Amino acid sequence: MKHTLSVLVENKPGVLTRVAGLFARRGFNIDSLVVAQTEDPELSRMTITTEEQDQPVEQVAKQLHKLINVIKITDLEPGASVERELLLIKVKADAQTRGDILQMVEIFGARIVDVTSDVLLIDMTGTPDKVGAFIDLLAPFGIVEQMRTGRLAMSRGRKAT
Amino acid sequence: MKASRVILEALTREGVDTIFGFPGGQVIPLYDALYDLPGITHILARHEQGAGHAADGYARASGKVGVCLATSGPGATNLVTPIANAYMDSVPMVAITGQVSRHLIGLDSFQEADITGITLPIVKHSYLVKKSADLPRIIREAFHIAGTGRPGPVLIDIPVDVTKEDMDFDPSEVPQMRLPGYKPTVQGHIRQIREAARVIAAAERPVIYAGGGVVISGASDELRDVALYGHIPVATTLTGKGCFPEDHDLSMGMVGMHGTPYANYALSQADLVFAVGVRFDDRVTGKVDAFAPHAKFVHVDVDPAEISKNVAIDVPIVGDAKHVLAALLTELKKLNLSPERHLRWMGQVEGWKRDHPLVIREPENGEIMPEWAVNKIWEVTAGEAIICTEVGQHQMWAAQHYLCRHPRQFISSGGLGTMGFGFPAAIGAQVAKPGQLVIDIAGDGSFQMTLQELATAVQYGLPVKVCIMNNQWLGMVRQWQELFWNSRYSQTCMECQPDFVKLAEAYGAEGHRVSRPEDLEEVLRVAFASPGPAVIDIRVKREANVYPMIPAGGTVHDMMEREL
Repeated sequence: MKHTLSVLVENKPGVLTRVAGLFARRGFNIDSLVVAQTEDPELSRMTITTEEQDQPVEQVAKQLHKLINVIKITDLEPGASVERELLLIKVKADAQTRGDILQMVEIFGARIVDVTSDVLLIDMTGTPDKVGAFIDLLAPFGIVEQMRTGRLAMSRGRKAT
Repeated sequence: MKASRVILEALTREGVDTIFGFPGGQVIPLYDALYDLPGITHILARHEQGAGHAADGYARASGKVGVCLATSGPGATNLVTPIANAYMDSVPMVAITGQVSRHLIGLDSFQEADITGITLPIVKHSYLVKKSADLPRIIREAFHIAGTGRPGPVLIDIPVDVTKEDMDFDPSEVPQMRLPGYKPTVQGHIRQIREAARVIAAAERPVIYAGGGVVISGASDELRDVALYGHIPVATTLTGKGCFPEDHDLSMGMVGMHGTPYANYALSQADLVFAVGVRFDDRVTGKVDAFAPHAKFVHVDVDPAEISKNVAIDVPIVGDAKHVLAALLTELKKLNLSPERHLRWMGQVEGWKRDHPLVIREPENGEIMPEWAVNKIWEVTAGEAIICTEVGQHQMWAAQHYLCRHPRQFISSGGLGTMGFGFPAAIGAQVAKPGQLVIDIAGDGSFQMTLQELATAVQYGLPVKVCIMNNQWLGMVRQWQELFWNSRYSQTCMECQPDFVKLAEAYGAEGHRVSRPEDLEEVLRVAFASPGPAVIDIRVKREANVYPMIPAGGTVHDMMEREL
């Protein structure tokens, strides 16, 4: 089962290494990892997606808590949180296919950010599932390159994550 | 004030009066500052590993934070084993390393090693100091982190140019710590404690399983009160030895692979395991699914990550053992436990003790049995010496047969299992406890790993006694090869060894050799009474094995009680 851990850490050098190293040595794979400063410049937020394998995710969360620079960890429930991912994708497009692609872009609420005679560069945000579906639909046209940021997530409601 | 001086002033403020170290290029400014500061004693080891283990032994014997100091590069990497050792056994330690100047970091400079990177998995926390102004705060935080909660090693890596800077320092101004993510839980949750009391009171076959956490927390008295009030037999781990007096009726000695049969039988039949300051190590549990299969588990630990890590816990209590046990006793007393409530169980434990005692084999054909030698050491010292050990067969014989009455009396590398730990640790323990007899029960293999520290013991007049259980084998591996690898003794025979008596004398220590059982007691008495360090080369039966033994991953049913 996939878990999304939202980890509030001190914004200091080496913290990412400590967190990533801990996942590796406790036998957990990181599927995706997003890190950036929060509203408080002294703090960073890491959103880590990991697959639960032999050991419960609770174990890695407890171990993470032992890192001095880690302040708070939330295991986000899919239903109680909003998830987003950003996609940049370069798709082959000629005179015949361009119209179909533009239609897809419209439906998914994506945006064209660069156009050449044979390629479209598209930017899209959505839930990871939606991003996946969009990529699947574009695949037949020929994907030149794609980049995903990985999952970002925030709890719903008034309380901070 | 020079930053190098500030570092020492800040250490002094943390109560440091002893540093174990070894100089080198990038710590010359620090050593220069040390030259002027009579308040700190520096013990010059002969290898950084010796300095690190000595700081560890000092910390375990005294309960204070041990401090070691080394230069950059190889000096720092030589501290890796001591840091890992301290991490595994939760020993409070601050390791200070020199680093190349800031503008040379990352350029593969001379004697540069990324020691913060190398030690990341084996430290409780680490710092690379970038600004001299941060030093007072970092040192304060390092000691706080190392010594509180579940203790552990903290590394401070200081570039040499930082230590040369001038800075303002006011010793009366205590720097503010900034540790928003560090808040160890001390008090246990009272509802959990009440639940634990209820479960313990309801148990018919309870066992206390106590470990190093009880020693660290200073909770021996509280543990004894709970055990006595509840009439609960106590088994301890290797690192927990002495947290409950081993000559007490309720003591079952050590549990686990080489534990006593009765401790292991009791756990296998218990309906309640009250675990305090332990981590359900595989050397204790054996096959983890079959560990105490009929029991409910109550687990007290200051580290929440230990709860349900290896064994699912029914009643977890996160908190410091001393606080939790005191609160638990209050709750237990409210339940008015009758001393007769599990007489049958106590009878059963007594029966196991009677029918399956630890065996001390008397000398045979003029050969000294190693456990008999350990027992002699125990008799001669009236069980009151501080015992350090190396790692291997001798360590287990020492654990089985040197019964301890006091916490911090038995100092051994439990988690990492570091050969070469015991002797430098004994030096550290002797520095911490100058008036006490400190003995390193060693193997011939282990002692050869750090014996250069004989020079340290001699230089500082530290009267540490090394008792080598010399069988000219790497005995524990040899035992496994005999039992599980068809007696194929690959690379474990160590017949080529120095003359330990001459070696000791070459260093200026006393050397003794004992080959005949009838000489042992007298030699021990003479060596223990002498004012300086001594090495006693005890020639023991070469192929003696450690029993009882539960093979790795086995259960109590697989126990080999004695030589077949």
